[in-house]
Amino acid sequence: MKSLKELEEIKQKTLDSVNLRKDRSGGTRVVVGMATCGIAAGARPVLLAFLEEVKKRNLGDVTVSQTGCIGVCRLEPMVEVYRPGEEKVTYVKMTADKVKRVVAEHIVNGRPVTEFTIGAAE
Amino acid sequence: MKIFIRESPKEGRLWVSVRDNGRGMDENEAAKAADPFYTTRITRKVGLGIPLFKASAEATDGSFEIRSKKGEGTEIAAMFHTSHIDCLPLGKIEDSIAALIFMNPEMDIEYIHECCSNRFKLDTREIKKVLGDVSISLPEVVDWIKEYVRNGLDELNGGVGNEIS
Ligand SMILES: Nc1ncnc2c1ncn2[C@@H]1O[C@H](COP(=O)(O)OP(=O)(O)OP(=O)(O)O)[C@@H](O)[C@H]1O
Ligand code: FES
Ligand SMILES: [Mg+2]
Repeated sequence: MKSLKELEEIKQKTLDSVNLRKDRSGGTRVVVGMATCGIAAGARPVLLAFLEEVKKRNLGDVTVSQTGCIGVCRLEPMVEVYRPGEEKVTYVKMTADKVKRVVAEHIVNGRPVTEFTIGAAE
Repeated sequence: MKIFIRESPKEGRLWVSVRDNGRGMDENEAAKAADPFYTTRITRKVGLGIPLFKASAEATDGSFEIRSKKGEGTEIAAMFHTSHIDCLPLGKIEDSIAALIFMNPEMDIEYIHECCSNRFKLDTREIKKVLGDVSISLPEVVDWIKEYVRNGLDELNGGVGNEIS
């Protein structure tokens, strides 16, 4: 059972590891398109899957954020990944399962999952 | 923002209401809000949020209402007949709530869910009070919210939640 006490513990843990988390701005950014069309296509579980992976793998320098519209409804859910010093990679028709691979192969190991990218879909 | 959901399995009805104290709409705007071709978005020409919500309620022979006042806020409410064959499942509410809070960390969000005579309540102001300077959008916190809502709803339906006095 989740309790407010557990929330207190999360807070304490975060404050204790403040050095690990102090500056994510130089790290990888993940942006999930969350307009109604994206949500209807399944963007919500995709967003939550990214958060879950970041939490599980303790990826202190990765920020996950959302934006309204990335622009191509039929390719939603769409996700943009920005790694410092590299070109943006846009993933399309994402699912929670695909998120696991993108995190493992691209975000952690630096190799984009080409087959999920907008380039492969077009 | 206040989200209120009430389920009455006995009556086979479900009520959903979403209220905010945002910019509100005048009569004319509110009347058009349920039209898919009305939107103040600049990124595309259709706005689907309200039309989809309205259509899903009406598909069950339910009802939909929008009340708004410019500068004061808006309430959107719908009633669903849950035994109607076209009634869509509520889905993973914990995901919806967790994502909503993550996406709007600065917004105060209250979520109340009633079923039978039980009630579950989540208030981001209380969570923020506990967290202090720690962000409510932290992955660990979002996960806590998800689990907290899931547990709360399981209790509601198991009938072991807090009785409303
Ligand atoms: N709570 C609200 N307060 C003020 N204006 C609103 C509110 N909800 C909707 N509107 C107005 O009604 C329009 C239509 O809303 P709707 O949710 O159907 O589509 P949208 O938000 O424009 O796009 P989408 O939901 O598809 O992402 C909005 O663009 C906005 O101008
Ligand atoms: S409206 Fe669908 S991607 Fe922007
Ligand atoms: Mg909308």
